[in-house]
Amino acid sequence: MSDASINTSVQPQEAGFGDYFALLKPRVMSLVVFTAMVGLLAAPVAVHPMVAFASILFIAVGGGASGALNMWWDADIDAVMKRTQSRPIPAGKVTRDEAFAIGITLSVFACVMLALAANIFAGALLAFTIFFYVVIYTMWLKRWTPQNIVIGGAAGAFPPMIGWAVATGGVSVESVLMFTLTFMWTPPHFWALCLFMKSDYKDAGVPMLHVTNGRRSTRNHILVYTVLLAIVAVGMAFTGVGGPIYLAVALILNGLFIAGAISIWCRNEDVSEADGYKREKSFFGLSLLYLFLHFGAILVEATLAPYGLGGW
Amino acid sequence: MSFREDHELHKRRLGRNVGLALVLAGFIAIVFGLTVVKVTRGDYEPENARIQN
Repeated sequence: MSDASINTSVQPQEAGFGDYFALLKPRVMSLVVFTAMVGLLAAPVAVHPMVAFASILFIAVGGGASGALNMWWDADIDAVMKRTQSRPIPAGKVTRDEAFAIGITLSVFACVMLALAANIFAGALLAFTIFFYVVIYTMWLKRWTPQNIVIGGAAGAFPPMIGWAVATGGVSVESVLMFTLTFMWTPPHFWALCLFMKSDYKDAGVPMLHVTNGRRSTRNHILVYTVLLAIVAVGMAFTGVGGPIYLAVALILNGLFIAGAISIWCRNEDVSEADGYKREKSFFGLSLLYLFLHFGAILVEATLAPYGLGGW
Repeated sequence: MSFREDHELHKRRLGRNVGLALVLAGFIAIVFGLTVVKVTRGDYEPENARIQN
């Protein structure tokens, strides 16, 4: 068989390794890895480094697998939205069937391996997280209700609980609070993005809040959720995972976040349009830093605890 | 005799195969490491053997 015959028998868009990796949503995976790691390290039970490393890796693979299944189901709307047009399926590099096969295989693999490496409860919680993200959020809520991101945000909030479960084998008030922090953070983070994504979601027929209730209502919602988030975030400082360092970080960040939400609330579309949604974009950027630094502060408190410095 | 340059397709396939090989090698290393940790910790010993020790 000659090279020429090989070239004519294959697709010109044959995928490379990086295309399959992109199916796992590496940027989302980095958030999953970080929050799961903090949940694991903040727990009051020590975990062997090898078990901890393997567990975080399997949680990341599970998170990535749910991303692949999300891309499989949402391939039609990903092709319409500018933000997602370069994803492997709409770009024609990976087929939907391949994404489905990879997503299902990695989901089962990650849950079974986590159950074997850590404990059955952690594996089951990872399975529930994947189910919640793929079935409850992607298949059901996303195209049905403007509250999609509020309820669906729970899926992204589970990783610190799974990390905690790896160490303790269960759930506690602290792990639920870490869940609540991410859960309350997701709506203002996502709605800020929606404000400057213009008509992407409308074109795709996804009933995001700004599409169904208008941009004024979205700005109101951002402010209300930011205030509720601040109460949860600052309140966490007085629990087992908090401490003076966390309190200082939470006070500064929540002050900035509320100020950002108020400035978004005070603006209208004309003002935002005039400066290219500058405030909305900076609020979105701050939201990324917000979550990273809150979990970073929890990690610092947990790291200092053995030396008698962390916590109250 | 000069070797022909690889087609871009072959390079991509090679990258995919090397990537998969590295992932599998990493998986074997992780399972081996986990097994060593669990065996040395005595996770697989029967309950009564642990009490006797």
